[in-house]
Amino acid sequence: MAKPASSIAKSADALWNWVDSRLPVSAFWKATMTGYHAPKNFNFWYYMGSLALLVLVIQILSGIFLTMHYKPSAELAFASVEYIMRDVEWGWFIRYLHSTGASFFFILIYLHMFRSLLYGSHRAPRELVWIFGMLIYLALMAEAFMGYVLPWGQMSYWGAQVIINLFGAIPSIGEPLTEWIRGDYFISDATLNRFFALHVIALPLAILGLVLMHLVALRENGSNNPDGIEIKANKDENGIPKDGIPFHPYYTVKDIFGVSMFLLLFAFILFFWPEAGGLFLEHDNFVPADPLVTPLHIKPVWYFTPYYAILKAVPDKLMGVILMGTSVVILFFLPWLDRSPVKSIRYKGLWYKIMLGVFAIAFIRLGMLGMSEGTPAQTVEMRVWTFVYFAFFILLFFLSPRGKTKPLPERLTH
Amino acid sequence: MPTDGVNKNRRRFLVATTSVVGAVGAGFAAVPFIKSWLPSAKAQAVGAPVQVDLGDLNAGQLLKVQWRGQTIGILRRTQETINLLPEMDQYLKDPGSLESDQPQFAQNEARALKGEFLIVNMHCTHLGCVPQFVPEVGPQPFEQHWNGGFFCPCHKSKFDMSGRVYQGVPAPTNLRIPPYSFIDGSTLVIGVNPEGAV
Repeated sequence: MAKPASSIAKSADALWNWVDSRLPVSAFWKATMTGYHAPKNFNFWYYMGSLALLVLVIQILSGIFLTMHYKPSAELAFASVEYIMRDVEWGWFIRYLHSTGASFFFILIYLHMFRSLLYGSHRAPRELVWIFGMLIYLALMAEAFMGYVLPWGQMSYWGAQVIINLFGAIPSIGEPLTEWIRGDYFISDATLNRFFALHVIALPLAILGLVLMHLVALRENGSNNPDGIEIKANKDENGIPKDGIPFHPYYTVKDIFGVSMFLLLFAFILFFWPEAGGLFLEHDNFVPADPLVTPLHIKPVWYFTPYYAILKAVPDKLMGVILMGTSVVILFFLPWLDRSPVKSIRYKGLWYKIMLGVFAIAFIRLGMLGMSEGTPAQTVEMRVWTFVYFAFFILLFFLSPRGKTKPLPERLTH
Repeated sequence: MPTDGVNKNRRRFLVATTSVVGAVGAGFAAVPFIKSWLPSAKAQAVGAPVQVDLGDLNAGQLLKVQWRGQTIGILRRTQETINLLPEMDQYLKDPGSLESDQPQFAQNEARALKGEFLIVNMHCTHLGCVPQFVPEVGPQPFEQHWNGGFFCPCHKSKFDMSGRVYQGVPAPTNLRIPPYSFIDGSTLVIGVNPEGAV
């Protein structure tokens, strides 16, 4: 028999009812968590989304605390970052949290996107989930680029020089456009100050809004799954998908397990290998920005290098910029480029497994070559992999409607 | 929305005109924010001309100065270097500087007012890195046909001793020549063309 409720519990209940009848908390919780049924067969690849959300929170929190000590001025920026690293209590921890978080954000996002290629999560009716995801990816690239400029080291400065000058390739409006972006005739205090404003206010707001749209669009049709079939096609008498399980508690518990494993790895890098051998924090960026000296070997941080390799592969400025832009923009069209009758790689034939494997190798190899010095032999290799990168999308469009498939199961398998 | 006795055309017209007026207003309101990104009055003032004394510059030496935040190279060339320039024409993208950016007085083989002094904006016309100065004559690891010149570490663009770009590299045009003039034999002013010149 239940014990009589204490008066404190009764008051707490009353307060809760008061709030819930004014703000639909429990209705929202039910609609998106306990009453939302997700496919029962999520595997390892389905950790990435919730982990990316976790890293977004880490970035916002650590970022807020960094702005309390950072000075966005060409004269003081570099010294203020060193001040954070050496003099601020736990400043090194907060800074490494932010810099390691940036790289992990991209690791998770790339794995998250690859999951879509595996299981066709971007296919109808989830095209908008993919488009919002791609917009988050674009905003994240801008956010990361501007954040990298803020420490005002050599790589910050010359990276900004190269990236802003990409816009100069646009015929006729290019030059005035770069001047407008910089706010000066060269990368200067004005540039740093506006990048700071965009990095800490404008882009985080945009990213949060886009993440919200990404999730709202996801909940509308529900998640895809490794089998790529719709669980809503098989409902029980209560209208609940037979292969669905409530997101809470089943997937919240699974995601919490993922979070603990992830934080283990994250903490290891953070404490023992925060520069990752020059991958996460480049050596040249520990030298203050010098407009008179270009570092011998300019390269972006690792997450941009695949696209940078495509830029370097082309011996023409405008064409290089166009091809690099296309390599990102083409991803937006993936939901319509894949015309296969099945979504998941499990029911596509060998043709897709080979294509996707080669595409993944091309992306990784381009990333490695983008960091390289660019000897003639490496330039030739960049051109080959650039060709392979684009060939994937073209082949996908033409092969997918007639490529071999296996029969789809009625219900989820595993 | 009640639709009884409503003139739908009128309603559509009003909605459309209100939207257009609102959009135009929003467009005008955006102007101050967009314009605030242009170089400020202060940034423009700092872009004033720069004077350089060339008295101490020896033949073969390169002096770097800053003008409008750009690195400007001043190279004193030997007669030998100047004589070797036409030899490079066959390997260059724009040997006559027809497509490139320079004051009219510098649209010649030496790309200079006085052949001896090359005054050049050192920023690569590809993506703005500052190329290395490689004065040695003879084959280099990055180029067989080399009579001295500039080599960009970023994306491997190559320029000769007049800042003219090689074929088959990402830089689209020759290095830019800024406006400049001489006050007397050894004093250079960067940012001002000679009187009457464009």
